[in-house]
Amino acid sequence: MPPHSRRSLWDLTRGSEDDRQRFIADTAVHTSIEALAARPNAAELSASFRDQSILLSTNEQITAALALIALDGVAQRIVLCPPDLAAVHIRYVMETAEVSAVLSDHAPDAADPRTAVRYVTCGPDDLGPITANEKRVATEWVLFTSGTTGAPKMVAHTLDTLAGPVERIRALGAGAVWSTYYDIRRYGGLQILLRALIGGGSIVLSSPRESPAEYLARVAAHHVTHITGTPSHWRRALMSPSARDISPRYARMSGEIADQAIIDKLRACYPQATVAHAFASTEAGLAFDVDDGKAGFPANLITENGTAIAIRVQDGSMRIRSNRTALRYLGENAPILQDPEGFVDTGDIIERRGDRCYFAGRKEGIINVGGLKVHPEEVEAVINRHPEVQMSLVKGRANPITGAIVVAEVVRKPPPGDDAESSAECVEKLRTEILALCRDALAAYKVPVNIRVLSALNVGASGKLARGRA
Amino acid sequence: MKAQNASAQETTGTIRVTIIKMIEQVAEEQGKTLPSLSDDAPLAGSHLDSLRIAIIVARLDDQLNLDSFTGANDIMPLITFGDFIRLHENAAA
Repeated sequence: MPPHSRRSLWDLTRGSEDDRQRFIADTAVHTSIEALAARPNAAELSASFRDQSILLSTNEQITAALALIALDGVAQRIVLCPPDLAAVHIRYVMETAEVSAVLSDHAPDAADPRTAVRYVTCGPDDLGPITANEKRVATEWVLFTSGTTGAPKMVAHTLDTLAGPVERIRALGAGAVWSTYYDIRRYGGLQILLRALIGGGSIVLSSPRESPAEYLARVAAHHVTHITGTPSHWRRALMSPSARDISPRYARMSGEIADQAIIDKLRACYPQATVAHAFASTEAGLAFDVDDGKAGFPANLITENGTAIAIRVQDGSMRIRSNRTALRYLGENAPILQDPEGFVDTGDIIERRGDRCYFAGRKEGIINVGGLKVHPEEVEAVINRHPEVQMSLVKGRANPITGAIVVAEVVRKPPPGDDAESSAECVEKLRTEILALCRDALAAYKVPVNIRVLSALNVGASGKLARGRA
Repeated sequence: MKAQNASAQETTGTIRVTIIKMIEQVAEEQGKTLPSLSDDAPLAGSHLDSLRIAIIVARLDDQLNLDSFTGANDIMPLITFGDFIRLHENAAA
């Protein structure tokens, strides 16, 4: 048997007895695994991307999913653009990842930097795998980290680091129908796509255009057995009466801290299901799953004696060494991903209580909004562009739906003239203008929900803004 | 926390109006027009994603000067639009 690195995603996907029944579906498209193999034009298109560095830049998740099947083993590199990648960063991404072709499901805009290279527009029906006897290469997969200041951070993986041992995935059971609230163009969602494909199952993709009730109705109609999302997704889902209409065998959370309340509620709603929470990040990969019904994780997972994974706590934060971690960051002057001993710092602060460990927030003060990470400094930089702003402080505020939301405190520059400037009307105008700036420059989850205009902010002895971090 | 200088009846009426306005405003910011919300309409059927509901909850707490979700996370009874309004009314009462 050829080594895993030379078996493409398609080689690992196909060949199950029920490929005719297995499917990939979104709100509009439903295709069987078997049908993918019977697309000669698609095979030709895929082969035309051989050894290219491809920017996969799609509106629809399903096009991205099918393109991954078509291109892994063919392309030298696939750059998987998340849905909220800002247009302003495209040029940087293309240069850094040495992109030589773009695969998209929509026509380019006028003066679109993506047209500097070969630009192919196609729909889901145009995509399919290369033929069995063509050469396979070890394609590099490039993902984006979910929260970054300035230019986006790109992380290199391979199918091996992303998927992990094939036997372990297949042990989860063939014939599973997976679904996920995540977008499959991010690490968490991609994990589920790979489990569905490699594990001999099917997948139902979510859509940002449907309500939770509509999504859950599709999940029920497709008899989804395995479903995953962030604790925020689940808190939202459990508000819907439709949550009672599904009966998964496996419900999983990751991307945020899963507290005891949400674990208990999922278990109560789905008594027949295994309820698990996992720790994973784009850089550190999947570290572990916990399914004992308790928040946190057993302290004995922190060991360097494990065969597959070593976990240590250093300076309070969790570090992971395993064959699931990313290879490196892309780009010149990129930070070093692994320490000299091969550990990746997750930046997650661990607190030990007895024989259990708990996540106690982030080292750098990153705000986690429903699984999406926000660097306060990025938002502050946008707010500080307003000519009347002297300084600003962005922080997280607890929220029962998304765990946290972004709020901002702003200090105005002293008005040049009289005190009329500080009237409520002026403050309101400032707030509105700052919000408009933020909405223009930032993804919705990064825009402050509340802006307080204050007379001063705390500045510590170091001259740095006192962020009040633990 | 008690709303200042308002009878209970006035308070609840005002809160309903404030909530409807807030939901409409957030939906508009999201570029969506909502169907009119009746008290027994499931909030989850409203096309508002979790971020928008989070925003509505946070802004309402600010605007009404409430802490309607003390104890956090416990949002399960919040199935309908009517429940949502009652929760805020109770917090204000």
